[in-house]
Amino acid sequence: MTKSQSSIPKDTLMWMYETLVLIRRFEEQAKREADQGRILGTHSAIGEEATPTGICAHLRDDDYVLGNHRSHHHCIAKGVDINEMMAELLGKATGTNKGKGGTMHIADATKGMLGANGVVGSNIPVATGCALSAKVQGKDNVSVVFFGDGASSQGSLHESMNLASIWNLPVLFVCENNRYAESTPFEYAVAGQSVANRAAGYGMPGVTVDGQNVIEVYEVAGEAVERARRGEGPTLIEAMTYRYHGHFGADNPRGYRTAEEQKYYEDKDCILYMEQFLIESGVATKERLEEIDNDAKAKVIKATQFAIDSPYPDPSELLSDVYIKYP
Amino acid sequence: MREDSSTIVMGIDVAGAAGKADEGFIDPFGGTFAMTKGLIQEFGTSRVLDTPISETGFVGAGVGAAAAGLRPLVDMMFVGFIGVCGDQIFNNMAKMHYMFGGKVKLPITIQAQTAASGGNAAQHSETLYSIFAHFPGLKCVVPSDPYSAKGLQIAAMKDDDPVVIFQSTRLMGVNFDQHVPEEAYELPIGKSRIVKTGDDVTLIGIGTTTRTCIQAAESLAKQGYQAEVVDLLSVSPIDEETILSSISKTRKVVIVDEDYPKCSVASELSALSAEKAFDLLDAPPVRVTAPHASIPYSSVLEQLHFPSVETVTKACREILG
Ligand SMILES: Cc1ncc(C[n+]2csc(CCOP(=O)(O)OP(=O)(O)O)c2C)c(N)n1
Ligand SMILES: [Mg+2]
Repeated sequence: MTKSQSSIPKDTLMWMYETLVLIRRFEEQAKREADQGRILGTHSAIGEEATPTGICAHLRDDDYVLGNHRSHHHCIAKGVDINEMMAELLGKATGTNKGKGGTMHIADATKGMLGANGVVGSNIPVATGCALSAKVQGKDNVSVVFFGDGASSQGSLHESMNLASIWNLPVLFVCENNRYAESTPFEYAVAGQSVANRAAGYGMPGVTVDGQNVIEVYEVAGEAVERARRGEGPTLIEAMTYRYHGHFGADNPRGYRTAEEQKYYEDKDCILYMEQFLIESGVATKERLEEIDNDAKAKVIKATQFAIDSPYPDPSELLSDVYIKYP
Repeated sequence: MREDSSTIVMGIDVAGAAGKADEGFIDPFGGTFAMTKGLIQEFGTSRVLDTPISETGFVGAGVGAAAAGLRPLVDMMFVGFIGVCGDQIFNNMAKMHYMFGGKVKLPITIQAQTAASGGNAAQHSETLYSIFAHFPGLKCVVPSDPYSAKGLQIAAMKDDDPVVIFQSTRLMGVNFDQHVPEEAYELPIGKSRIVKTGDDVTLIGIGTTTRTCIQAAESLAKQGYQAEVVDLLSVSPIDEETILSSISKTRKVVIVDEDYPKCSVASELSALSAEKAFDLLDAPPVRVTAPHASIPYSSVLEQLHFPSVETVTKACREILG
């Protein structure tokens, strides 16, 4: 264990473990809901839990997180209630978005989660605007946007990095590079084979991090968040990760990647890594970690029951929330 | 594509697994809805191009390639992604032929996915015909079944003007029990067709809603009314002749459009009926559309958003008195 690793407070380490496991169990249940046909499908974040967990460990409720189409893990790491999330997936009135948004649009402003977003690359400028607001108001809160390797090809990222850099905005551009955009390999779509390197062109730090290692993510994010809070501007982080399941719903990844490749990444699983780390460093016992896992499973069962028991939205909701006022 | 080697196809995962053919991965997607499946095997990577997620880039590249001699078919996937590539479509694709005094032609086809389906929610369920039809310089066609899909696809790709072809997500997977000829054929762009004849009321359907209109007409028939169903097929140009001749017979028109109601194709057809068939109409034109609200996720709300057989039948009953 290195010095910096030991300097992470025990509470933080345990929070990160709990969060990783809670996301995993939630996503397994969401997948079950889809596999059994109760919902159309979701973009599973299984395998990618560590990146938002390591980053959100540094964030407060008044910091902003903006996600993409694959955002359940961002939401949970930012503290969004899983009962309300599950209710949202089932299209219930008690959902985070009253059942109007669904899996690709989960938002909870009270937790600083300003929304998942179904249009690839679309939230990156919005996150930049949240950071602008912090700066204009002289506050020290920061904004974080998560996007994929696929999204890194959108002009919106490049325009936003430039804006954030010239205005010195407190924003973290976090690319979760899971090596594929649908079935398109990152190696094909990203010229230069690195997203992080693109930071240089916009005069900001660009860091590549092992996205399966939550400790490493935590440390890199810590520096970037502090830098942003001090008013020193944006950072681009590229977290190398992997999604274990298909792109969406029933997509079978065997059409574009091998079982061996998948196994290679599953062997580097972020939860297994953290378990080992916590036990070896004496922070927690195996039994304690099992308790945490059982607790997460129980919370997910409760959330699912809450969602099932909740009512569907009233038909009048179809026409509400279009405007605040519209004569 | 077999006939004309200048025809290319571009879009996100139009084949899939780009660059991995050596590992035995070829064409796993063939387009998000498998509409371009098999093309890469026959035409190769120089004519079937998987793109990064860069709509401004690849739609714009389609415009440029068309100006410089190719005939691109560009899949923009869900129509809402027009938000990303609108500049290329509205400022270049629609205008270059005119701005350049007719000296440059743009034989490009854009394919866009429409309609609410299965909880795709606000950004992946829109229809938005009217945004495109608003622009001079664009032709816009909307197939309503496999037969029209094939005929209009070929016509669009052979047309020398830019054409946008709208496919309905909700019609994917529907069994139409319809014969589609193996050989190539074209349906003329700008022509509507009568899919059911009747004397009591004219129902105009567009893409997805044509099916709704046919079903409503069946329900009306059981109640003793004969509805005529016009399948619009083209929202730009609009086939005024077919519509006006049907209205002159039935003297009543119900326009069924899944798009938002304001400034829509339904409004356009209503205006057309009022302006050109005022004296023929026994009642004001009726529009049955989606509400002026974004598309909700929850299934109980989603199904209230688009025109249903019941709402269309009810609107007809009201106008029939
Ligand atoms: C503008 C836009 N283009 C295309 C899509 C369709 N689409 C949804 S997710 C996706 C792949 C995104 O890949 P990436 O950014 O790497 O995220 P990942 O799915 O791997 O998490 C695509 C092409 C979309 N939603 N929005
Ligand atoms: Mg990806």
